[in-house]
Amino acid sequence: MSDNLIEIRDLSFTYGQRLVLKGINLTARRGQVIAIMGNSGCGKTTLLRLIGGAMKPTSGSLKVDGIEMGRIDQDALYQLRRRMGMLFQFGALFTDMSVFDNVAFQLREHTDLPESMIRDLVFMKLNAVGLRGAHDLMPSELSGGMSRRVALARSIALDPMLILYDEPFAGLDPISLGVTGNLIRRLTDTLGMTSIVVTHDVQESLKMVDYVYFVSEGVIEAEGTPAEIKASQLPYVHQFVHGEENGPVPFHYPAPDYAADLGLAA
Amino acid sequence: MMQALIGYIRGIGRRTVDRVWRMGVAARFFLLVLLHSGTSFRRFHLIIREIFTAGVLSLIIILVSGLFVGMVLGLQGYETLQTYGAEESLGVLVSLSLVRELGPVVAALLFASRAGSAITAEIGLMKATEQIAAMEMMAVDPIARVVAPRFWGAVISMPLLAALFSAMGVLGGYLVGVVLIGVDAGSFWSQMQAAVDFKEDIINGVIKSVVFGIAVTIIALFEGYDAPPTAEGVSRATTRTVVTSSLAILGLDFILTAFMFRGV
Repeated sequence: MSDNLIEIRDLSFTYGQRLVLKGINLTARRGQVIAIMGNSGCGKTTLLRLIGGAMKPTSGSLKVDGIEMGRIDQDALYQLRRRMGMLFQFGALFTDMSVFDNVAFQLREHTDLPESMIRDLVFMKLNAVGLRGAHDLMPSELSGGMSRRVALARSIALDPMLILYDEPFAGLDPISLGVTGNLIRRLTDTLGMTSIVVTHDVQESLKMVDYVYFVSEGVIEAEGTPAEIKASQLPYVHQFVHGEENGPVPFHYPAPDYAADLGLAA
Repeated sequence: MMQALIGYIRGIGRRTVDRVWRMGVAARFFLLVLLHSGTSFRRFHLIIREIFTAGVLSLIIILVSGLFVGMVLGLQGYETLQTYGAEESLGVLVSLSLVRELGPVVAALLFASRAGSAITAEIGLMKATEQIAAMEMMAVDPIARVVAPRFWGAVISMPLLAALFSAMGVLGGYLVGVVLIGVDAGSFWSQMQAAVDFKEDIINGVIKSVVFGIAVTIIALFEGYDAPPTAEGVSRATTRTVVTSSLAILGLDFILTAFMFRGV
């Protein structure tokens, strides 16, 4: 068994005529928490979807647990996904089911376990995210942070080897932010999983990840440990980490001359 | 001028190709639903739940509408029949109108507005809130788990609702014709019994409602599944479901009637 759970080599992805990702190289070792950072629209969510098999690379190699995702068929993909979890940006809980049924969903779909055992497992997963007491609530009764935690419990229901997080910190209050960050780290360590976190929340992620990849306009602009990233003098990384208005990422969307637009041109 | 004309013709061509293309995608979607129906029948409780949502929750509108349509038929029918001294045939008029036409057609139109729009909105919102994508990531096929049970639940509900609509209509006709106006009850029921044929009328009515049920449900499911994941996309899809299914019901009704009641 290779030490690397995810290996991406020279990956490119084209959507229609647009080159979304080009020449991506990324490695995730088992047990690591990896962050993929970048500004909105840089291609990081696309990269996450490629790892999850929702889309196929246009060229290059993307291996998850040694399986080449570009050539995988539907059955093999579904087999692999039973060992993967994904946390969507706003949880994506099934709104017609209670918290309990949401977490039990995969156990009921993929196993023949008796209901009593499913109950115990669901309570264990909910306890791990601190929401055992909320098991009979409906998703509409949960706050944003609680939804995210229930979705996390649901994604670890089958003890996956890999969890993909799409913007897990978006729209959370500071307490929920800290709680979610700690949970990702703690669950990765205790369950022996690997986590890939797509985020633009620099401060929270740098606290708990092992390695960071910075994506800008479809290419990996920089990579390194959190300490290396904090110390980086690369203009893009510096602008991103410090939240500066001006830098390689301009404040203004490309536009014609301002004076000309206002009719003031000579 | 010439350029504008060419552009206009090109636009018509593109829209036509788009429509035909979409119909092809919808037909493939229908086949996929049929192919993935095994899970629904192995776990029948999934279908039962959808029968409740699509069928039982549509009962009020179907029953009340059926009663009123029957009552109006009773009033209008009596007015016309008495001109010819044939008011005893009111039962025949009411029951044949309902069983052959109004039952399946009006129940299907109501079903499209009540249950069809709900199905489109639900699936469209499930897609917009990434619930469908989440299910796929959990290695659960959404066509088998979400779409197929809704399809069968609605298709089973439709003929039952049409039958209840017709039954309530007959009751409405009886209330107005016999109880209110005073048509002879014996003639009302016995003429109805003699004139309504089980195979020609009732079975054909049931066949109609099954066909309408399939058409409405597959349109509703496809529109929801194909809706752009935005508020505007879901709202447009819901409107399209009601408009397209209503037109499909009326068009199919003409074709089915032409085949079923030739020379009867």
